[in-house]
Amino acid sequence: MFGRDEKVSQGRLTGVQYIILGIFLLLTYGLWRLQVSQSDLYATLAEKNRIREVPILAPRGKILDREGRTIVDNYPSFSALLLRDSSRDIVADADMIADGLHLERKEVKDRIKRFAGTPQYQPIYLKDDITPDELAFIESHHNELPELDTVMAHRRLYPRNGFMAHLIGYVGEVSDEMLNRPAFELYNPGDVVGQSGIELEYNNILMGQNGSKQVVVNSKGKEVGQLDEKPAQAGKSLKLTVDIDLQIAAEQALADRNGAIVAMDPRTGEILAMASRPTFNPNDFAVRISRNEWNKLVNDDDHPLLNKAIQAQLAPGSTFKIIMATAGMQEGIAQGMKVNCNGGADFYGRYFKCWVVAEHRVHGITDISKAIYQSCDVFFYTLAEKLGIEKIAKYATAFGLGQKTGIDLPQEASGIMPSEEWKLRNYRQKWFAGETISVGIGQGAVAATPIQMMRAIGAIASGGRLVRPHLTNPTDLPPGIIPASTVPDETHIQIDPKNWEIITDAMANVVNPASPEAPMGGTAKLSHLQGIDFAGKTGSAQTISNALKAKLGAEGKANFKDNGWFVGVEPRRNPEIVVCTLLEEGEHGYLAARTAAQVIKAYVEKQRRQPSKLAKSDSKADIAAVWNTPSEGKSDGFQGGHFTVKLSEKKAALAAAAPGVN
Amino acid sequence: MARYVSFRDFDWLLLTFVFIICCLGVLEIRSATAHTKFAGAHIKQLYWIAGGIAVMFIVSLLNYHTLLDQIHWVYIAALGSLMIVLIFGQRYLGAKRWVKFPMGIHFQPSEWVKLILILAVAKYFVDLSQRDLTWSDFIKAGAIVLVPMLMVLRQPDLGTALTYLPIAVMGLFLGGVRWKQAAVVIILGGLMLPLAWHVLKPYQRDRLVSFMEPEADSQGTGYQVIQSKIAVGSGGIWGSQGGSQTHLSFLPIPQTDFIFAAFSEEHGFVGALGLLLLYFIVLMRLTQNAQTAPDRAGTFIVMGVVAVLSFHILVNVGMVVGFMPVTGIPLPLMSYGGSSVLFIFMALGLVMNVRMRRFVN
Repeated sequence: MFGRDEKVSQGRLTGVQYIILGIFLLLTYGLWRLQVSQSDLYATLAEKNRIREVPILAPRGKILDREGRTIVDNYPSFSALLLRDSSRDIVADADMIADGLHLERKEVKDRIKRFAGTPQYQPIYLKDDITPDELAFIESHHNELPELDTVMAHRRLYPRNGFMAHLIGYVGEVSDEMLNRPAFELYNPGDVVGQSGIELEYNNILMGQNGSKQVVVNSKGKEVGQLDEKPAQAGKSLKLTVDIDLQIAAEQALADRNGAIVAMDPRTGEILAMASRPTFNPNDFAVRISRNEWNKLVNDDDHPLLNKAIQAQLAPGSTFKIIMATAGMQEGIAQGMKVNCNGGADFYGRYFKCWVVAEHRVHGITDISKAIYQSCDVFFYTLAEKLGIEKIAKYATAFGLGQKTGIDLPQEASGIMPSEEWKLRNYRQKWFAGETISVGIGQGAVAATPIQMMRAIGAIASGGRLVRPHLTNPTDLPPGIIPASTVPDETHIQIDPKNWEIITDAMANVVNPASPEAPMGGTAKLSHLQGIDFAGKTGSAQTISNALKAKLGAEGKANFKDNGWFVGVEPRRNPEIVVCTLLEEGEHGYLAARTAAQVIKAYVEKQRRQPSKLAKSDSKADIAAVWNTPSEGKSDGFQGGHFTVKLSEKKAALAAAAPGVN
Repeated sequence: MARYVSFRDFDWLLLTFVFIICCLGVLEIRSATAHTKFAGAHIKQLYWIAGGIAVMFIVSLLNYHTLLDQIHWVYIAALGSLMIVLIFGQRYLGAKRWVKFPMGIHFQPSEWVKLILILAVAKYFVDLSQRDLTWSDFIKAGAIVLVPMLMVLRQPDLGTALTYLPIAVMGLFLGGVRWKQAAVVIILGGLMLPLAWHVLKPYQRDRLVSFMEPEADSQGTGYQVIQSKIAVGSGGIWGSQGGSQTHLSFLPIPQTDFIFAAFSEEHGFVGALGLLLLYFIVLMRLTQNAQTAPDRAGTFIVMGVVAVLSFHILVNVGMVVGFMPVTGIPLPLMSYGGSSVLFIFMALGLVMNVRMRRFVN
């Protein structure tokens, strides 16, 4: 029934036993190899597996104005992310997640699909900067949707509507190109750093030091424990010299016209306000800007990302005449000079017009004072001819044209101050004397930034004291950090007091209506500020030559309107504030003057509203006084008295913080 | 005859070692699945073991001679069940391996086919009269195993299909295969290997590639291999307290195929070696039972069980220590899973069946 009943060969059975023994010895060797000879290596690998260093992001420092009011703040922002736990079918939950986070259902599913190929331990980011109700949704669904998680980061809160955007700048993830620069070599990929403006310039102060914690994670990357923590050091606050109230005035004065305003205290170089148009909203950058939006900003013809106050290099037009006047008087040429303006004059075989002919009148006999307040071109053509380009360049360069002002902002433009040497270097051509004539009225090759014109004219009004504009005071900076600048904080250019008086008085007449001493009134007489010692100089700079404009006809006139400039000071001598306004295609300087006047007015009004020491000390004041009544005509009509005056405390309607930040 | 058959003749020494391994398995499953969605698996495993013991007693009662007499019918039924899986089987993770019964019971026929093959091969070699194998005998014996093997490969389930192979090899070896024949087959098999590459499914190729070069895709197919080696290696000599690889679930599904890795991480080289020793004792004891079997058929049956168990241990532990590619073969007595547990206790039932009758003749 079972065939032969012969036993199986004992030898072969023993052979099987030896084979099994061999197998077990082999497996033992395998265990030995992993667990004894290389156990250290694998122990390290296991550590690396489960211990992950997680950065604790340090919040950036706040940016404050000169009075400590907040300009830039942070806010905690949450991002929603999806952990890919294999125990959940995340595609099945996608609809519920999409509804809770206010996303398109299809979008969520597509996103899961798109990231299917990435390592499972990497979470999928679903939405940045989620709203409180979306956060509440995630937190209340921890049990139903355990795969849904959040991560918190401090994000920048910038003022609304692009207020001060150019000055502040914005932050973004450090780029590979930036990491190669020596200034950024200590940063790591993924760090959020300043990309422009103050955020970039003072990144080291604002950024702080990220901390880290060593966490135990499971294979899904989910934190299950914590080993060690190095806390983050928050970035330090940065106090600017900017005054929010003046900044508001400047932003409102510009409204939505293209151009720039910059205001400074010429005694110290503290920048009080700086605005540029068109502007952009840095809050768009704080979360994540779409490629489309970015391209729109970069390719816009109006260059919204450009800070025109320090980066627009344009012909300064007639504002340059203040530098011309200083040069002419210091060289002893302009004092006695009288020029008869008939609406133009011939120089080197070419006829140069005065702007006044457009108004069908002439300036007639013009001296230096009238030439300033009436901005007579013929006078300055003549002065330029007499001075020559080298002397003009010497003074203009001394007052900071053609070089960076040294303001603590990145990417400042240096402008151009032409000279014989400049032309030879850049064009390998000799300077033609005819070119000097245009330079005399701030046209031709001269190109200046608003901040350069502000600084130069501020210096002239201050009697030749040229300061370096700056946005932070060294005393407000953390110790050890001194902003590096090759520009000296202060230089003195010799201006005789007599010349200084003549120039500044003429500047005051620019914004004054007709008077016995200035019968025609100034070019910006409409911007006269009653009771304020306002002075300045208008400029209307051509963007193309008159000849070309004529060729283009009406269309050219519409498309290539002049740039309006104005540099104003208050008071006229040793001013406390100097403001430069540039209105692109603003047609004439008097429009720019009106804009600058608004800032000056805001400044003066704020100064006057500051309660005096007396008013601050007590709400009641004792006043002793002696007076007489002149109408009675008696010499002994003096009376005396003692009063208690109740000082009603005037609440100043000033900003508490930059708009949108508080 | 039945009077002489008694449970007293069970190999209680063998069963003691088997239970020790089972207990270690249950404890390890409990430890590895704690705080995971598989928590409580060790309780289910206890039920399976209890069921397995019951099945073992039932199998031991049927006279293996009777089983061998009816084996051709059972063999045909086995092929039928594999066919049913191919046609009606539940597709899970890309493979049809299970048949679903009411009440949520999933049945994997390929497991019990192993038992039938052990019996069928035993029956075939018992019936052979001559001492030396002819080529025709060789091919017929091979065909008994190859047909179901190809059907399981179609599911596709390479791992289980491979476990059929040692049954044929053991049968041929004990049945008196000549060295020349063995050499010819090994050489032919070697030549067929490149062809086999083309037959493999893409995921199977990935597994082979990741076995050769696990770092090539450390987050994808190489992940299990790397994490398993890290788990074993970080155990060191005495084991790692806490066993982070297993408990932080870097080791995927540690309670099934990678239970040896989880055990090695927690108990170190000393523990793993002790466990291997237990398995070695069990296998040696089984071989001893084969030697003392009442007849040729009994020897073949017990050695068939030895072949399957040895192969499982070799491939599973080999995979865990990085010697073998990932094939999805569980570790007998330790790995979580009903089919695996039931198969082993049925196989042990066959062994007891043979042993209980050693004095009967």
